[in-house]
Amino acid sequence: MHPMGAAFVWWWSRILGHPKRLNIKRFTTAHLMSSPLTSSTQHLPDSWQTEVAMRTSDGDALLATLELDLDSTLRFSRGLILLSERSLQAREGEDGAWQRWDLRAGLALQHHDHAGIGTLELMDSSSGAPVRLATWRYTLEQNVAALRLIEKFDKQLEGVVNGRPQEAEEVVACPTCKALLEPGQEECPICTRELQTPPSTWTLFRLWRFARPYRWQLLAGFLLTLASTGATLIPPYLTMPLMDEVLIPFQNGKPMNWSLAGMYMAGLLGAAAVAWVLGWIRTYILARVSERIGRDLRTTTYRHLMGLSLEYFGGKRTGDLIARIGNETDRINIFLSLDLLNFATDVLMITMTAVILFSINPWLALVTLLPLPIIGWMIHFVREKLRTGFERIDRVWAEVTNVLADTIPGIRVVKAFAQEKREADRFLEANQRNLAMNDRLNKTWSVFTPTVTLLTEIGLLVVWVFGIWQIAQGDSTVGVLTAFLAYIGRFYTRLDSMSRIVSATQRAASSTKRIFDILDHISSVPEPARPRPLPQVTGQISLRDVGFRYGNRSVIRNLDLDIQPGEMIGLVGHSGSGKSTLVNLICRFYDVTQGSVKIDGVDIRSVAIADYRRNVGLVLQEPFLFFGTIAENIAYGKPDATREEIVAAARAAHAHEFILRLPQGYDSLVGERGQGLSGGERQRISIARALLINPRILILDEATSAVDTETEKEIQKALDNLVLGRTTIAIAHRLSTLRKADRLVVMDRGEIVEIGNHDALMAREGHYYRLYQAQQRTHAELADGDAA
Amino acid sequence: MSTFSLTRNPAGRLVCTLADGTVHANTTPVRAFPLAAPDEGLALMSQEGHEIAWIARLSDLDAANRAMIEEELAGREFMPEIQRITDVSSFATPSTWSVQTSRGPTALVLKGEEDIRRLPDNGLLIADRHGVLYLIPDRKAMDRHSRKILERFL
Repeated sequence: MHPMGAAFVWWWSRILGHPKRLNIKRFTTAHLMSSPLTSSTQHLPDSWQTEVAMRTSDGDALLATLELDLDSTLRFSRGLILLSERSLQAREGEDGAWQRWDLRAGLALQHHDHAGIGTLELMDSSSGAPVRLATWRYTLEQNVAALRLIEKFDKQLEGVVNGRPQEAEEVVACPTCKALLEPGQEECPICTRELQTPPSTWTLFRLWRFARPYRWQLLAGFLLTLASTGATLIPPYLTMPLMDEVLIPFQNGKPMNWSLAGMYMAGLLGAAAVAWVLGWIRTYILARVSERIGRDLRTTTYRHLMGLSLEYFGGKRTGDLIARIGNETDRINIFLSLDLLNFATDVLMITMTAVILFSINPWLALVTLLPLPIIGWMIHFVREKLRTGFERIDRVWAEVTNVLADTIPGIRVVKAFAQEKREADRFLEANQRNLAMNDRLNKTWSVFTPTVTLLTEIGLLVVWVFGIWQIAQGDSTVGVLTAFLAYIGRFYTRLDSMSRIVSATQRAASSTKRIFDILDHISSVPEPARPRPLPQVTGQISLRDVGFRYGNRSVIRNLDLDIQPGEMIGLVGHSGSGKSTLVNLICRFYDVTQGSVKIDGVDIRSVAIADYRRNVGLVLQEPFLFFGTIAENIAYGKPDATREEIVAAARAAHAHEFILRLPQGYDSLVGERGQGLSGGERQRISIARALLINPRILILDEATSAVDTETEKEIQKALDNLVLGRTTIAIAHRLSTLRKADRLVVMDRGEIVEIGNHDALMAREGHYYRLYQAQQRTHAELADGDAA
Repeated sequence: MSTFSLTRNPAGRLVCTLADGTVHANTTPVRAFPLAAPDEGLALMSQEGHEIAWIARLSDLDAANRAMIEEELAGREFMPEIQRITDVSSFATPSTWSVQTSRGPTALVLKGEEDIRRLPDNGLLIADRHGVLYLIPDRKAMDRHSRKILERFL
């Protein structure tokens, strides 16, 4: 190993200690899923095994189990539900009584969940109206097992009622996502990816990945540091003979030995010159390496960040992410290239000095080194406090940035509600907290350095006292004492700089943790390990039993939908009915929590994300234009598009003419939020953008709702060109814009309630009819208002 | 004086009969401010998700209706209060915490620090991996050990 690496490990093993591990016997869904269905008891804790054996028999074999982790009063406790061939049995808590229901017609298991807890109910409708026989509760951790229990229950019950045994075979499907599993495959590759292991506390060591490409430069820097510091150790050594062989003999009446004195002088000058040159080269090399490591860190983190799902960005605040990629990478690279090397040199230098001191005068050396353990202990004591302190300062600092990142984009709202003062106060408050944190840390920190200095002075005093005593005894010379005093100054300077590394390392460690928080985050929309090639798609989409949960809220439930190639589907429903979520699932911005989305029969999770998205064009309600020219914005999805292609797309999107009216035509710059262009114009640019990639699947998410009716007509013309021959899914608030749709899909609270064309749905007088009527009324009222 | 009456049907669902005689099977009581003011502002929602009655204050109800609502809420609301944090697997997330709660001991997985939400009066609301919410009413009132662990995540 690289010497720097060794010092690194040594230091880190001391600073961090070993990660504390906790062994909780946990029973996760992953375990449940991984066990083959034939041995349903394998995954049960031992304590249940005997119970289960007692309650099942040869003719009444166990089919499925659900371990309950809550009781009916919602306290944490272990219960169990067993499904055997003839009965359902349950027990609440470890010492509750078993209840048993024989399988018969009319029984049904129902489940629903709310706020993180699932409820399973056994209903009996054999005598007319359903009667609830029992209720069980569990946290969603057991949801997969619960779903499987219900599935098995339904099958078995059907078998019992119809008098034929359940077929033994079974297509093994993942209980969560319903994807078929290969024979012998125990875990669903799609579902087993939830990151549960915390990143190791040895975070800093992982930075080696970034330092590795520069290891030779770093080694050179290290050797140069070593050499230049070695050169600085020569002068004190030379003072010894200068004293004893030149100055003291002269004082005692001997003639001045000029040649000897000159030689020593030349030595002093040479050492200084060597130290200067070496230090110069070293600083240059390390500064270069430092900048490069910083660049790598930043770009790697950013690249990883870009790959993360929308879910991640939804949960993070912009200011915090900016701070992480900006400041913290900087701190890390300074640590890697400067602080760490300095520290390694310090350690070696102290050892070297100690060796020199001992070789000159062991007793005096011993006394000189006396304060070392005390300082070591102090470093140890302060480091804990500083580490947590710095981590918290970083968090508070991110809060300060967050206030800025919140307020500046929302400045119109702030001003409209005249809340400038409040926002200023909020900023002040965040700064106050930052200040308070720093004040607290500085209390510890400020006492630290002066104490080291004090110990240095005391050490110096001890050396004086002991040295004078030794000279008086004749055991030592004035030269030796002078050399010692010169060394000890350097020695303690080293200790002081070593103590500085405490803070540098703590800061770097907390920065590293925060960077690796990003790097370790596995996208919730992961790239498949072995992506299937996606050939030219036709645009056929099928959604099977799709469910999606946002946090603990179930947004989409049991949704089935088949969309033919070239078909235009209009998604209709109240806001919050799950339309946009459905579109996000089809775009794979999120992954379904249950069921599957397939394109031409291929699960979209099994193809590379970029391959898939190439086939999807998206036009949003609020078109986002990046800073750049209009041409660049149109070509965003296909940067190598020719000018002809760009113009053709703009023409088709009815954007060509207004673009030509701009002073610089296609080369006009558009700003962050597309300032200078109207809503309709921006929308047409984004339509051109979608047209240019020529996608098979087109998604229009309220593409026309942000503009007035006149502009809408313009956009509609553009859209008509866009839709041609593509599978289109359009969300529109104004139902009139969906007249061209082949089918309208009406959604309500995450479910499809009606499907059909406009006329058929109107004839049904259901959800759609009501929506349509309501809108007509509003339009009529508006028209009346205008007329009056 | 309530303008509705509640009963429970054999299927275990709440049935609400309004003053005008309309009957809604399967009604759900929902708190409007579950954290800020749990006993003020409750709505009864129909199966279709529409509001059928508004209760300004739980104490305004007569005993029978109130008991009915409280029973239903008790079965739906699950927000264990963390009394003590026994141990955490690591100070970096995701981290497994073993905790003592008002509903017994358990373990929760914290996915990220952003899942800890600050409430007024030093309160914290912690969402675990499965969306279960854990409440810490006042972190300053916890024991030293728990506070020390918490500090590392705040």
